[in-house]
Amino acid sequence: MSIKNKTAVEISKMIKDRQISAVEVLEQTIQQIKEKDEKVKGFITVDEDEARKQAQIIQKGIEKGELTGPLAGVPIAIKDNIDTKGIKTTCASKILYNFVPTFDATAVKNLKEAGAIIVGKTNMDEFAMGSTSETSAFATTRNPWDLTKVPGGSSGGTCAVVASGQVSCGLGSDTGGSIRQPSSYCGVTGIKPTYGTVSRYGLIAYGSSLDQIGPVARNVADCATILETISSYDRFDSTSMKRDKYDFTSALDKDVKGMRIGIPKEYLEKGIDDEVKEAVLKAAQIMKDKGAKVEEFSLDLVDYAIPAYYIIACAEASSNLARFDGVKYGYRSKEYEGLHEMYKKSRSEGFGDEVKRRIMLGSFVLSSGYYDAYYLKALKVKRLIKEAYDKAFEKYDLILGPVAPTTAPTIGESLKDPLKMYLSDIYTISVNLAGLPAISLPCALDKNKMPIGVQFIANCFEENKMIAAGQTLEKELAENFVLDFSLV
Amino acid sequence: MSREYETVIGLEVHVELATKTKIFCGCKTDFGGAPNTHTCPICTGMPGALPILNKKVVEYAMAVGIATNCEITKYSKFDRKNYFYPDNPQNYQISQLYLPICRNGKVEIEVGGVKKEIGIHEIHMEEDAGKLVHDEWEDVSIVDYNRSGVPLIEIVSEPDMRSADEVIAYLEKLRQTIQYLGASDCKLNEGSMRADVNISVRKIGQKEFGTRTEMKNLNSFKAISHAIEGETERQIELLEMNREVIQETRRWDDNKESSKSMRSKEDAKDYRYFPDPDLPPICIPDEWIQKVKDNQPELREEKLERYKKDYDISEYDASLITESKHLADLFEETTAICNKPKRVVNFILGELLRLLKEKEMDDSDISFSPENFAKLIELVDSGVVNSTVSKQVFGEIFENNVDPEVYIKENNLMVVNDDGELEKVIEEVISANPKSVEDYKAGKKKAIGFLVGQTMKAMQGKANPGKVNQILTEKLQ
Repeated sequence: MSIKNKTAVEISKMIKDRQISAVEVLEQTIQQIKEKDEKVKGFITVDEDEARKQAQIIQKGIEKGELTGPLAGVPIAIKDNIDTKGIKTTCASKILYNFVPTFDATAVKNLKEAGAIIVGKTNMDEFAMGSTSETSAFATTRNPWDLTKVPGGSSGGTCAVVASGQVSCGLGSDTGGSIRQPSSYCGVTGIKPTYGTVSRYGLIAYGSSLDQIGPVARNVADCATILETISSYDRFDSTSMKRDKYDFTSALDKDVKGMRIGIPKEYLEKGIDDEVKEAVLKAAQIMKDKGAKVEEFSLDLVDYAIPAYYIIACAEASSNLARFDGVKYGYRSKEYEGLHEMYKKSRSEGFGDEVKRRIMLGSFVLSSGYYDAYYLKALKVKRLIKEAYDKAFEKYDLILGPVAPTTAPTIGESLKDPLKMYLSDIYTISVNLAGLPAISLPCALDKNKMPIGVQFIANCFEENKMIAAGQTLEKELAENFVLDFSLV
Repeated sequence: MSREYETVIGLEVHVELATKTKIFCGCKTDFGGAPNTHTCPICTGMPGALPILNKKVVEYAMAVGIATNCEITKYSKFDRKNYFYPDNPQNYQISQLYLPICRNGKVEIEVGGVKKEIGIHEIHMEEDAGKLVHDEWEDVSIVDYNRSGVPLIEIVSEPDMRSADEVIAYLEKLRQTIQYLGASDCKLNEGSMRADVNISVRKIGQKEFGTRTEMKNLNSFKAISHAIEGETERQIELLEMNREVIQETRRWDDNKESSKSMRSKEDAKDYRYFPDPDLPPICIPDEWIQKVKDNQPELREEKLERYKKDYDISEYDASLITESKHLADLFEETTAICNKPKRVVNFILGELLRLLKEKEMDDSDISFSPENFAKLIELVDSGVVNSTVSKQVFGEIFENNVDPEVYIKENNLMVVNDDGELEKVIEEVISANPKSVEDYKAGKKKAIGFLVGQTMKAMQGKANPGKVNQILTEKLQ
């Protein structure tokens, strides 16, 4: 029995029905990784031995009837900024090149308890700083749809290994669009949950007030299933929120009849590729056809989202990344004299350019004399953006928009001009600033056969609405537009 | 000090809170312990670990704030203070800058019979750092994170003090209050209470403050006194020579009894404080403040009044015994057993304080049990031992927590109540001291004291002096 092109939910069902064992699933997965990842370069670490051990244990658990959940026996890829006990976790940075966590992130713990099998850790932009996965210290991940293109970022590794059919699903993290944008570039589905829904315990922080872990998979159903598994109230994360319900899969049966959907007209005005715009309008039409009311509206402050984001995220990052100093773990410079030089050389040699750029920017905006002018002002913008969304959600159930202005750019293009790269996050960033949930899913292919994604943004705690809309859109597209997940 | 100048002093006092676990994780706060045994991913700053606030820390901070008449900030936040040093695993300290938990308080002190209010600017919560050990033999530095994350409060006073005596009185007051609350043991020598002293001088009558310096590394009241005196003199000398006082941090050297510049204002670090995004704001509803108020233990002033009323002891004695929570506790626990409050007070204020002073010990070091102490009081009260012997026995209790009954028996220290033996000894004393007998008979009634003393000596202190006096008086009639 082959698991080729199967979703996570389908795989676990096949195992449960004794059509295949968890051990065989894993062997096929390892085979896929061996065949494809040489070209895609989506994994930093693949822990075959540990995964095999786990597969055996989980198979027994399934046979005994102890593991009955929809992820039991499913191999999963984890972004390399999420702690995995005993498996190297590098954040794609030289400074953590040898770091092995002593504990699992809560999201990973939840997955393991559900019987999912961690096969490996995926490449990313160093410390999740970047939109192309090119700032990784170890490898440049390729877009499986066209190996000369970037997979997007920062969760580019996870999206690329899912898109190339190496695994059915994975975890990413989203600080300013890092799940949704690479999902869009790679033609897969990704969810950024409401801030506080998935514990950040064990997520190596970039911008703590914006970071969320979320699922990446081949369809909405898998994403909803994984989200249901990884989300939990966690007392180890003080920003974790106690929600009434952690049910995201019941929304898969819901439709969009009567839903009010708004499209920010600013999103379709400037800087957007025509083909991307067409994809958004196509999604809007499908929603209308399915009984939703769709209209354009004005979402102010779009222009301020990017500067506010970079100030807040970099300020937090400059402090979050201070602990990487060569003293306790990770990279330490070979030669130095005295403490000060050890710090300086270890950090200069251990961090890449983009990370240094953001640490410097963050240190600057927090410096005395600049704190009020930059950091406090950015926090004000953040609050105003939240208020603008609050106002929008008084009128609409969902907001529909593009994920990125273009499809995946060619490798090497973006790094030349960081400011241009920062602009590619324009449609995703404000969602993080407002703490909202959003789903990105493929909607069309451009003339070069590169995938185009669209996103639905929901109000806080209303993931189920966007899951219902995503599921509706996906079903409609499936009739005339099938994504090929075995490209490489 | 020149009469034209006055010293202006403000204090930053760090107090280690007596919680069982650390401020942001479940690790123990116990002293001792092999290096890095009271640690976890959180207090060693491992990647991905996040802080979780210990509620007890907030309650202790609130309790201290309430006891020092502060306003409790109902919407308080933690901020990160960013600086690189290996004793701090995250390279930032979680502290409070913008919205500290308590503000605008005051305490009353008394120096030389004059009462004065010292303002408290704020109290904030923060975490302690680990300990760096420099191994000169191996030429390496090693770090122990057992102290990393131990909860502290920093109490920042207004610049309201004008002399070393006022500073000491303020510190004593804080220590007493915090000990009474049970929020800390406040030991200066062990570092559970630390004070940084800000000092400036100005001409009397001048309104503006002079340029201040901050003095660090003060580990005793004596060091604090001497540092204030020394720094005052240094600053006045500078001003008298028309030179400027430079705003700087100075380090006190206890051995040299002098201070040295650590860093000037120009080198002052920019800590890039900002709200910690890992910790949501602390919202304190009125009910919580009320609950802490209701649970507030009896503080010194209330205790003092109660002692006068319930135990009928003098204002003076009550004030001395309530000066320290440890003494007050010992008094209450002992009295609860023997019900002889006056005798207990006399022992504490007499023999106990003498021994503490003689051995240079703090009253928090008292280790004997109230049970043994109470037993001794009862033995004295029932005349089994006399007061001379009781002091010797108390010394043994103080040192080794002996059971007085057993000790007295083993060492044969009971008062001799055998009149026959006593009369025999007295007759010997009378015949050996004819001069004193003559003096007494001639009307010098005081001479009997010498004879009593001689009798007691011959009895090795084990006689009842009252009885000796009585027999002697009869025999000399």
